[in-house]
Amino acid sequence: MYISEQWLREWVNPEQDFAAIGEVLTVSGCEVEALEPVATAFTDVVVGELVQVEPHPDADKLRVCHVDVGAEALLQIVCGAPNARLGLKAPLAQIGAQLPLPEGKPLKIKKGKLRGVESFGMLCSAAELGMADKSDGLLELPVDAPVGTAVRDYLQLDDQVLELSITPNRGDCLGVAGVAREVGVLTGTTVNVPEIPPQAVQHTEVRAVSLPAPDSCPHFAGRVVRNVNVKAATPLWMQEKLRRHGLRSLSAAVDVTNYVMIEIGKPIHAFDLDKLEGGIQARYATEGEQLELLDGQTVTLEPDTLVIADEVKAVALAGIMGGNATAVSDDTCNIFIESAHFRPQKMAGQARKYGLQTDASYRFERGVAADLTVAALERATALLLEICGGEAGPVIDRCVDATLFERRTIPLRRERIGRILGVTIADADVVEILTRLGCNVSASAEGWSVQAPLSRFDLNIEEDLVEELARVRGYDSIPAVLRALPPVVALPLETQNRLDDLRRPLIEAGYQEAVTYSFVDPELEALLDAEATDIRLANPIASDLSRMRTTLWTGLLPALQHNLNRQQNRVRLFEVGPAFERCAGEIKQSKRIAGVISGTVLPEQWGEAARKVDFYDVKGDVEAILTQASAQTFSFVSASHAALHPGQSAQIRMTAADGESRVIGWVGALHPRVEASLGLGQAAYLFELDMVALQAKRLPAYEAVAKFPGIRRDLALLVERSVPASALDQAIAAVAPAQLVRWNIFDVYTGKGVESHQKSVALSLILQDFSRTLEDNEVNQIVDKVVVSLAENTGATLR
Amino acid sequence: MQNLPELMENARAQITGAADLAGLDQVRVQYLGKTGLVTGQLKQLGKLPPEERKAAGQEINRAKQTLIADIEAQKALLEAAALNQRLQAEAVDVTLPGRRGHAGGLHPITLTIRRIEEIFAQLGFAMAEGPEIEDDFHNFTALNIPEHHPARAMHDTFYMNPEGLNDAKLVLRTHTSSVQIRHMENNEPPIRIIAPGRVYRCDSDITHSPMFHQVEGLMVDTDVTFADLKGILAEFFKAFFEVDELDTRFRTSFFPFTEPSAETDITCVHCGGAGCRVCSHTGWLEVMGCGMVHPNVLGHVGIDSEKYTGFAFGFGVERLAMLRYKINDLRVLFDNDTRFLRQFH
Repeated sequence: MYISEQWLREWVNPEQDFAAIGEVLTVSGCEVEALEPVATAFTDVVVGELVQVEPHPDADKLRVCHVDVGAEALLQIVCGAPNARLGLKAPLAQIGAQLPLPEGKPLKIKKGKLRGVESFGMLCSAAELGMADKSDGLLELPVDAPVGTAVRDYLQLDDQVLELSITPNRGDCLGVAGVAREVGVLTGTTVNVPEIPPQAVQHTEVRAVSLPAPDSCPHFAGRVVRNVNVKAATPLWMQEKLRRHGLRSLSAAVDVTNYVMIEIGKPIHAFDLDKLEGGIQARYATEGEQLELLDGQTVTLEPDTLVIADEVKAVALAGIMGGNATAVSDDTCNIFIESAHFRPQKMAGQARKYGLQTDASYRFERGVAADLTVAALERATALLLEICGGEAGPVIDRCVDATLFERRTIPLRRERIGRILGVTIADADVVEILTRLGCNVSASAEGWSVQAPLSRFDLNIEEDLVEELARVRGYDSIPAVLRALPPVVALPLETQNRLDDLRRPLIEAGYQEAVTYSFVDPELEALLDAEATDIRLANPIASDLSRMRTTLWTGLLPALQHNLNRQQNRVRLFEVGPAFERCAGEIKQSKRIAGVISGTVLPEQWGEAARKVDFYDVKGDVEAILTQASAQTFSFVSASHAALHPGQSAQIRMTAADGESRVIGWVGALHPRVEASLGLGQAAYLFELDMVALQAKRLPAYEAVAKFPGIRRDLALLVERSVPASALDQAIAAVAPAQLVRWNIFDVYTGKGVESHQKSVALSLILQDFSRTLEDNEVNQIVDKVVVSLAENTGATLR
Repeated sequence: MQNLPELMENARAQITGAADLAGLDQVRVQYLGKTGLVTGQLKQLGKLPPEERKAAGQEINRAKQTLIADIEAQKALLEAAALNQRLQAEAVDVTLPGRRGHAGGLHPITLTIRRIEEIFAQLGFAMAEGPEIEDDFHNFTALNIPEHHPARAMHDTFYMNPEGLNDAKLVLRTHTSSVQIRHMENNEPPIRIIAPGRVYRCDSDITHSPMFHQVEGLMVDTDVTFADLKGILAEFFKAFFEVDELDTRFRTSFFPFTEPSAETDITCVHCGGAGCRVCSHTGWLEVMGCGMVHPNVLGHVGIDSEKYTGFAFGFGVERLAMLRYKINDLRVLFDNDTRFLRQFH
């Protein structure tokens, strides 16, 4: 909503300057987005008349104009504007004039020579005077503009405009009258509400009006105005006011309806009476009914859409936009003015359904006061008669719901004000503020009984009134209180991992945390997780952000790509965030932790040989996280995944107390096919884990440390290559007595000296007894048992 | 047989001339070994007349002790020299960088959320979470935003394609306010929570990301007032920006789920309120929406609004992160460029 200072001050004229008024509005709910002058501070620009226009002898696009500025001699001006024509009145910047430019120094007008012809000033466009962002010709002034007058004075350009952001609850501020009322209340200034006298009735023509949809349109006023000169020029003052409030002047009749809308906030519509067939009704559209709108598009109406119709056809989308067939045109002679009340809750969403948002629908959706219906009609009639002439008929005033004019009564309890605001307000102030806001206030047992004005659709409950009190007094008047609150011990359990506990191992391992979008490229997603059920957005912002990710890798891989493309060749990224799956029509949202690494193990340095990361580096990082979840048992099982190298990928399984295990994540090398399609140019390794599985942590429980020395025995084994390390583990565990406290594979070798189908595995066994030093023969017995079990279960032989 | 003084002189010259421990040991063996020259002298004592033997023996033994001491002294010298040589050989260039990996770090959004959580934890606020694909009720209806309400247009909502879904009206949550509702559905007052998380708006340009982060706050009890809201938020911003004189300004605004509602401005942290480009020369930065929980919202979750009052607030994490760390481009937060991320260790 724009509001010009000149227009506002016609209604309410507080002492504050305009910027201060803006500040008051900002803190009380109508935020100022901008405060701009309506023109730049130009000087020495006067009304000039082009009394002679000749082609420039040396330039096709230039003309030589002789301009009358009321001085004895005409001024010769060379001008390139397409609309420089004989008889035109336009602003002329005289020699010495200053025209401020958007940036830099002002343009100073000097005597000049254009292609050999002298020019004694400059004819100006609206843009050159700072009245528009751009223009394509000279600013055309009215034919009766007095030659030689300063344009500043003539157009009253010493004015500025506030651009206000009006919240959806304050539809009452979508007009000059409403903003003036608000300014009046906030500055304690009286508002001059102009009288809108009924217009004299000069003929008796009426149209029958019926309201078959009272739940949407309970009140309709209209009037026939005959013999209207629609070609009459809109007066300059009206054009200028419209311009300053963001509307272009179109034609007198349309300008009048727009003017009334801006002035009092009530949208109205003018029809060409002679195109209306019979009586008028405000009804719902019929199935499949069509209507060509003013903007030229034809819409097929939905049955819950309210239309204004004559006896044959729909003629307007009620409260949104008029129809083309019945629009006022140059041939219009008789006009029907419609001013109707549409209930906001029924108007909500209607315009949007047709892809429209108009000044009218914007206001009706937010609510337009019921008591403006006839007033707007009278105001429009007066303006129309004043500008276009004509004769007004009687006001047609049809209302099917008298409660429309009843004010809501809202109880307000004294005690409640303090309960909500934390501050008490004197009774006299309560009454004074609410009265200034236009409420009727009467005392009641616990406080007051308040009737809100019809314009305030947002005042319905006690809290709404409390906000009004706080707002008008200013939120500054409420103290900021930091009182002692009961302390709350809200520590997470020691047996629960915090997010930081799980992130820490990754940070220590050099990972940077990434944040990527939850919606991703469906093509990449399909490549990474072929089996995933997809969840798509109905209205994505771009096709490559249209599917909810089922894995965090879909975000991390492009992040890796971004870095590799920028010479960052050693990359370690992780992310904690949601992944989404569809499961029997329901959406499953799970929190994951995932990572990707690529490049060398260590940053390049003199002291270590560079080595590229491999599967066991990423696995080690995963193990570091899993170690945090110490209450759980995890295992890695070779398995294949669409995104991963089939020979270097593993499921991570968690085994529950009952022995059941489930997949809680994946780790592996990125599939070379995906690597190639992303153009990474180097191997990448990935992991992803379900966060829920990582929550439980063991509470440490003390065990005494053995006092006797341990004994280490190393075994060199030959085993088939296909035998996994986990099989060796199981074979040892199956026979391990308590004294075999630990075993560890410390070397795996294939190559020279070992047959190609075999591998050599070096294993250390650590034996220890809590109460004594083990005897050699005891140790040998245990080692022998282990060797036998390894042979039986894995085919391993001693080397 | 050589005479002893001559022998001693030669021995001493050889000892001091020994260049290393091995050479020294040779000298020791040459004189003091089983067949050594000094040992030989002792063996020849028997050939002396008995009356001279005692004195000669004493003399030879003295000479022997002298040589032993000399050898030890020379040994110590040689050992010290060897150690010195070794130490010199082992000297390193201490200015070369140490051998190490580099620790990674958290994203500035996470750092910001963590600070916010810590500050509110000290004020007694616990953490709450909720789903990001949300139903119409929790994202809108329960928050007093009925269908078609103009306030919905403020949200630029992402809708889920209903294909294959049981609930045809799912959205990506447009704010963390939905967590308020879920928390109040499952908990009785007194309530003091904050809920950080991802939110989504169908809007993308230089200052808008289609995904960003918010923190929602909620406090409900029998005696919570707007004055408490002001007090807690003022304290939070002072703590967050570590500026004691930070002013907070509350302006009337509109949110369907609060009444009264306010926008919160703070003194511009760049210019201290003098006016600059960051604050559009107003001296204020708009950082938060807040208000007293609307009775309809309490009604939707079965909390008696006659007995309880509460406040709620919500703000954008990126905005605070950008102000705090002087980031002037929203988009870098989501590029995940490691050169950017490394700046926040």
